[in-house]
Amino acid sequence: MLDASEGYVTADGRKIGGVVMEMKNITLRFGGVVAIKEISFDIREGEIRAIIGPNGAGKSSMLNVISGFYVPQEGEVIFHGKKRPPMRPYEIAQQGIARTFQNIALFDGMSVLDNVMTGRLNYMKSNLFQQALWRGKAEAEETQNREIVEKVIDFLEIQHIRKTPVARLPYGLKKRVELARALAAEPKLLLLDEPMAGMNVEEKEDMCRFILDVNDEFGTTIALIEHDMGVVMDLSDRVVVMDYGKKIGDGTPDEVRNNQEVIDAYLGVSHD
Amino acid sequence: MFYREAGDFKVSYQQDSQTFPIKFDRYRYYAVMAFAFLVIPFVINDYWANAILLPFLIYAIAAIGLNILVGYCGQVSLGTGGFMAVGAYACYKLMTAFPEVSMIVHVLLSGGITAIVCVAFGLPSLRIKGFYLAVATLAAQFFLVWLFNRVPWFYNYSASGQINAPERDVFGIIVTGPNASAWATYTFCLIFLTFCALVARNLTRGTIGRTWMAIRDMDIAAEIIGVNPLKAKLTAFAVSGFFIGISGALFFAVYLGAVEVGEAFGITKSFLVLFMVIIGGLGSIFGSFAGAAFLVLLPVVLKVLGVDVLGWPTDIVAHFQLVIVGALIVFFLIVEPHGLAQLWRVAKEKLRLWPFPH
Repeated sequence: MLDASEGYVTADGRKIGGVVMEMKNITLRFGGVVAIKEISFDIREGEIRAIIGPNGAGKSSMLNVISGFYVPQEGEVIFHGKKRPPMRPYEIAQQGIARTFQNIALFDGMSVLDNVMTGRLNYMKSNLFQQALWRGKAEAEETQNREIVEKVIDFLEIQHIRKTPVARLPYGLKKRVELARALAAEPKLLLLDEPMAGMNVEEKEDMCRFILDVNDEFGTTIALIEHDMGVVMDLSDRVVVMDYGKKIGDGTPDEVRNNQEVIDAYLGVSHD
Repeated sequence: MFYREAGDFKVSYQQDSQTFPIKFDRYRYYAVMAFAFLVIPFVINDYWANAILLPFLIYAIAAIGLNILVGYCGQVSLGTGGFMAVGAYACYKLMTAFPEVSMIVHVLLSGGITAIVCVAFGLPSLRIKGFYLAVATLAAQFFLVWLFNRVPWFYNYSASGQINAPERDVFGIIVTGPNASAWATYTFCLIFLTFCALVARNLTRGTIGRTWMAIRDMDIAAEIIGVNPLKAKLTAFAVSGFFIGISGALFFAVYLGAVEVGEAFGITKSFLVLFMVIIGGLGSIFGSFAGAAFLVLLPVVLKVLGVDVLGWPTDIVAHFQLVIVGALIVFFLIVEPHGLAQLWRVAKEKLRLWPFPH
């Protein structure tokens, strides 16, 4: 395995840095059900890390542990070298972890622009009275953050729907708006829960392009869950495979693809 | 034809996020403001002030306050009457304790006190939502009315248990008590309504408004993207309480003059303001105005129609009034569940394309 302190160089020549987040012996139980059992893995700076596995394997639970929605009964989450104490989810968001959801969780009553602006909440410092009068800091802050949001909107090519209420958008665009909201937070670690679920080939290709561009241009570390194996094997630098809450494989896509346990549990064998 | 963005170019983000992005809207707004401030005070008489304009202005403030809580932040409240009573009694205590201080200060302070009370009763919202929260705020309604009935300190140990507004002024102009002139009370309330509407608009278009709406639309996702639910909900309760307190203070001091708490601020008041918000449109400042106007004007219009035009006996008209208002509310909710604000929005949408809709 890799050394914890140093990075590595990927096949396409990108330099991957040190460990950003390390999960140590995480165990998560819901009553008698063990959703995650003693899983350890790490996420390195600048890499695209995939988590795969059959339905009910505990992938989404794992992402919820990282984003602080679930608190594991055992194990440690180490973020930037420090053990993370139990926190409320919004405090974890303030540390620079942003995510998208498997079932789109946008704010339906708001426009696309407002939705993306909510991603900037952690950067807003003006108080209630300044905002009530819309003077000084409140207005300046609004404009500054709007500029950053507009860059994200340009980047994801959703300029034309800026003012549209989110509820009116088709599924594929909603997914993209959700990614925009997460990106607007300029996260250190971006978590994507099935970003391509339910999309057609063209939309999937667009989404892949955006994920790669985000990683390439902003150097954002990305952890994603995805069921499309073609996508996962193409995009990711390293893959964790889960089954029934246990980790059954971890390594580069090639290593995982040839792992017998992974083939038995998830990938299967082609019959042609 | 003239109502559209074409040719109205925005060159900065400030221009894009202004209150009325369309030029025609902006001029219409200036015209309405000019009319309200420069024309009405000179033509107003006692009937217009007491029957229509004062209740409209005061209920509009209350509706804006409740709309922030229910429409923007999604926290259902049935305690509006009780919170208005807090504003009224706070204003009464302040007016009698500090007679020489300006009414503006009293009314603002009453709003502040109500905000604190409202936050205290908003604490359960951190654990419960929906119908359960409605029941919790209902408890606030009954508790507050009981408190103001039973603790004599609040009504200065007066024999009747009522509170009466003494004569107070703003810069020498009398705005409360029997000697206040119609134009003064009207302008006084109008200034507060303008202030409240501007503050509400500024808050709802900025960061705090977004956190409120995020909590309303999906509270779990909101927390995961970084909204502190405690802060968001309690600021909504505080701002809402501030506005409702102001309206309660004005309702007592400027409009009624004498108040018996169970009668003026009972549960029916809570429902009345909630109806205004629902009929006007949840999550819309304009809707708060429209709802207040609708429910204030409708009984007056029906009375004029029944008594003056058709010549029916007053008591029959009074009963018909209740039936018709009730039926119209039901009708409205079926035809346009999103309220008058949505009708207005659709009309504007159509106007923008008119006369070439394709």
